[in-house]
Amino acid sequence: MAYLDHAATTPMLPQAVEAYVSAAAEVGNASSLHAAGRCARRKVEESRELIAAVLGARPSEVIFTGGGTESDNLAVKGIFWARRSADPARTRVIASSVEHHAVLDSVQWLEAHEGATVSWLPVDADGRVRVDALRAELDAHADEVALISVMWANNEVGTLQPVTELTALAAEYGIPYHSDAIQAVGQVPIDFAGSGVAALTVTGHKLGGPVGMGALLLGRDVAATPLLHGGGQERDVRSGTLDVPGIVAFATAMETSVKAQPEYALRVGALRDDLVNRVLEAVPDAIFNGHPTERLAGNAHFSFPGCEGDALLLLLDAAGIACSTGSACSAGVAQPSHVLLAMCADDDRARSSLRFSLGHTSTKADIDELVAALPGAVERARRAGMNRPGAR
Amino acid sequence: MSGGVDSAVAAARAVDAGYDVTGVHLALARNPQTYRSGARGCCTLEDARDARRAADVIGIPFYVWDLADRFHEDVVDDFVAEYAAGRTPNPCVRCNEKIKFAAVLDRAMALGFDAVVTGHHARLDGQGRLRRSVDAGKDQSYVLAVLTAEQLRHSMFPLGDTTKAGVREEAARRGLAVADKPDSHDICFIADGDTQGWLRERLGSAPGEIVDAATGEVLGQHDGAYGFTVGQRKGLRIDRPAPDGRPRYVLSITPVSNTVTVGPAEALEVSTVYGQRPLWTGEPRVRAEIQLRAHGEVIPASVTASADGLVAALDRPVRGVAAGQAMVAYQPDPDGDIVLGSATISHAERLATAA
Ligand SMILES: Cc1ncc(COP(=O)(O)O)c(C=O)c1O
Repeated sequence: MAYLDHAATTPMLPQAVEAYVSAAAEVGNASSLHAAGRCARRKVEESRELIAAVLGARPSEVIFTGGGTESDNLAVKGIFWARRSADPARTRVIASSVEHHAVLDSVQWLEAHEGATVSWLPVDADGRVRVDALRAELDAHADEVALISVMWANNEVGTLQPVTELTALAAEYGIPYHSDAIQAVGQVPIDFAGSGVAALTVTGHKLGGPVGMGALLLGRDVAATPLLHGGGQERDVRSGTLDVPGIVAFATAMETSVKAQPEYALRVGALRDDLVNRVLEAVPDAIFNGHPTERLAGNAHFSFPGCEGDALLLLLDAAGIACSTGSACSAGVAQPSHVLLAMCADDDRARSSLRFSLGHTSTKADIDELVAALPGAVERARRAGMNRPGAR
Repeated sequence: MSGGVDSAVAAARAVDAGYDVTGVHLALARNPQTYRSGARGCCTLEDARDARRAADVIGIPFYVWDLADRFHEDVVDDFVAEYAAGRTPNPCVRCNEKIKFAAVLDRAMALGFDAVVTGHHARLDGQGRLRRSVDAGKDQSYVLAVLTAEQLRHSMFPLGDTTKAGVREEAARRGLAVADKPDSHDICFIADGDTQGWLRERLGSAPGEIVDAATGEVLGQHDGAYGFTVGQRKGLRIDRPAPDGRPRYVLSITPVSNTVTVGPAEALEVSTVYGQRPLWTGEPRVRAEIQLRAHGEVIPASVTASADGLVAALDRPVRGVAAGQAMVAYQPDPDGDIVLGSATISHAERLATAA
C-alpha cells in the first residue's frame, strides 16, 4: 500500500507513541494539588515549554486545545468577540478565501449570527493571497477590523502564504493576525515571536502526534473570549481537564518534527519533485496546481482534465494507493474545492483534482506504485467522464 | 447500498459468490436533509452512514456517488411533468431505468466494473430473463421490467431466491445492524409523504372543474387537476351527492381543459389497456398475466405486441387503471413468473375490443 495522504493525517512517531503510553499508565489530574497531580502538572508544563521553545513562543502563550478545529474556532471567534467588546465598531473579519473549513465556517458563522462583516482576500492563480488586496482592505476599513486570518500554508494545494508581508501590514495598523499553521509546522521554519502573528493554530496529528490534541499560540497581550467555559485550566481562555498523555505525545512529536525540519524538507522535497516529474511524464496533460516553489515539501496537487477526482480516487484506492480529492464532504459527497475555485480554476478543473501528500514515512517505492497505477486509472476515469451537474 | 437491509445482504452475497465488490451509496438529494429517512430512495445522511457501516462489516470499499442532479432531472422533474400532464408516474420505475441501471451502470462500466448488484427482490435466470422473487409479497420485478436485455446482462439480483424475512435473518446472522431497519414504501423525495401538497408547491394552484361523466354537469371545483388519480374516491369535495346516492370516482383527468371527470365505480372498469414505449421479449401475440401497478393484482389477458405499443385485452375488467403507470406482462412459471415485457400505460378502454 502507498499512503500518499499525510496531509490528512500522518502516522504517529514511535517516540510519541512511547511517550503517550507511558504517560497514560499514570494517574493524575494536572489541576489536583496532591503529589500525583503535581506530577501530571509537571509533565504538562514541561511539554508546554518544549512546544514554546521549538516554535519561538513563551510557555504562557501555549494554550492546549482539543485539536486544530477548536484552535481555529477559538482564535477566530474568541478574538472577534474580545475585540468587539473592547470597541463595538470592530465587526469586520478579513480572511483569505482559501482557508480550511475550520476557519472559513467560523468566519461565516460570525457573519450569520454575530453581525460580522467579512472581507475575503482573493488569491492569485498559484493560491497566494494578494498582499495588495489586504492593503486595500486595511486602507478602507482599518477602524472596523477585528482580526485578520490567513493560513500559513494551504492544506489542499500546499501553497505558502506571504506571511511576512501580510503580518507587516497587520502590524502597521495594529490589527491581530491569526494564522492556521497546521500544515506548516515541521514543514517550514516557524518562529512565533519573530513572525508577528498574534495567534497561531497547530495540531498534533499532522506532525506525528495524536489526533484530538492541538494548541493555540496566543500572544500574551492578545485577548480572546473563551468558547468553552469551566475550570479555566488554560489561561482562563480554555477549560477542560488537560489530556496529559496527549500533551506529552504532542510535545514529543512537535519537538522531533521541528528539529528534523531542515533534513525533512530536503528529503521529502526531493521525493515530491520526483513524484511531480514522473506524474507529468505519465500523464502529460495533468496540471500541477499551486505555487511552483513556495509550497510545502510534501504536497503535490494536480488536476487531471476529463477525469472526476472521485473516480480517480476510487480506482487508485482499489490499486492500494491512498490519496485525497482535498474537497469538502457532506454525506461523503464531493463539492468542487473552494480553494481551486478561488484560484480561478473552472468547475471541471476543481472537480478533476487530486492531492498526493508525502510525509515522514514516505519512500520512493510509494511513488513507484503511484506511477504504475496512475495512467490506467486516468484512462478509465476519463471514460467514466465528468459527473458534473447536467452532464450526460 | 441504500442503507437498508436488502442491499447490504445483496452486497454480502456478491462477495461470497467471489466477486470483487465495491459499495456505492447514491446521494440523490440536493439537500440531504430534505429527503425522507429510511426510504428506498436512500437519501439521508443517516442512510449513508448505515450503508457505510454495512460495507465495513462486509469488508468492501465504500463510496458515495453524487447523482443528485441526474436524479432531479430524470426522476423528480419527470414526476412533476407527468402529473402536470394528467398521468400517474411511478418514480421507482423511472429511477431504475434512468439512474440505477443507466447512470450508475454506465459509470461503473467505464470504471472497470462488470455489473450493478442491487437488493431488489427479483430473479434473473440463466437465460437472462427477469422473474418474480420467491417472496410474492415483496416481489419487485414490476419496477425492474423497464430494463432492457442489455441492462439486465449487467445486473445481479442475489436476493430473488429468499423471502424478506429470510433476508432479515441473514442480515442478523451476518452482524449487519440494518437487519431490522423498517421498510419504507413512500416516495423518497417527498419528505412528509404528502404528494398532493408537494405537487401543489411545484405546480401552483390551478382551479378547474369537476364534471359528471354522464351528464357533463359541473359538480364542483378543484385546485389543480394534478391532485387527482384515476380511481380516486376521497377528497373530491363535491357538495351534492349523486342522484343514486352512490359514491363517485375520478374517471379521467384532462390537463388541456384542466377538468376532472367523475362517475360511478362501474365506469372505472376497463378491459383493454394500451401501452407505449414497449419492451418485449415474447411472441407478438400471447396469453399472459398483466400487472398494472406496483403490488397490484394480476389479470389474465391476451397481449399483442408491436414495435410501438402493447395492447392487453383483459379476461375480466379491472378498475382504476392510471395512465403513466407501467403495465407488465408475465408468463406464469413455477420457478418464478417470467417477465415478457412492459410498457407505459397510455390509455384504457371500457369495452373489450378483439385482441
Ligand atoms: C489547515 C488545516 N486547518 C485545520 C485542520 C483541522 O485540524 P484538526 O483535524 O486537528 O481539527 C486541518 C486538518 O484537518 C488543516 O489541514
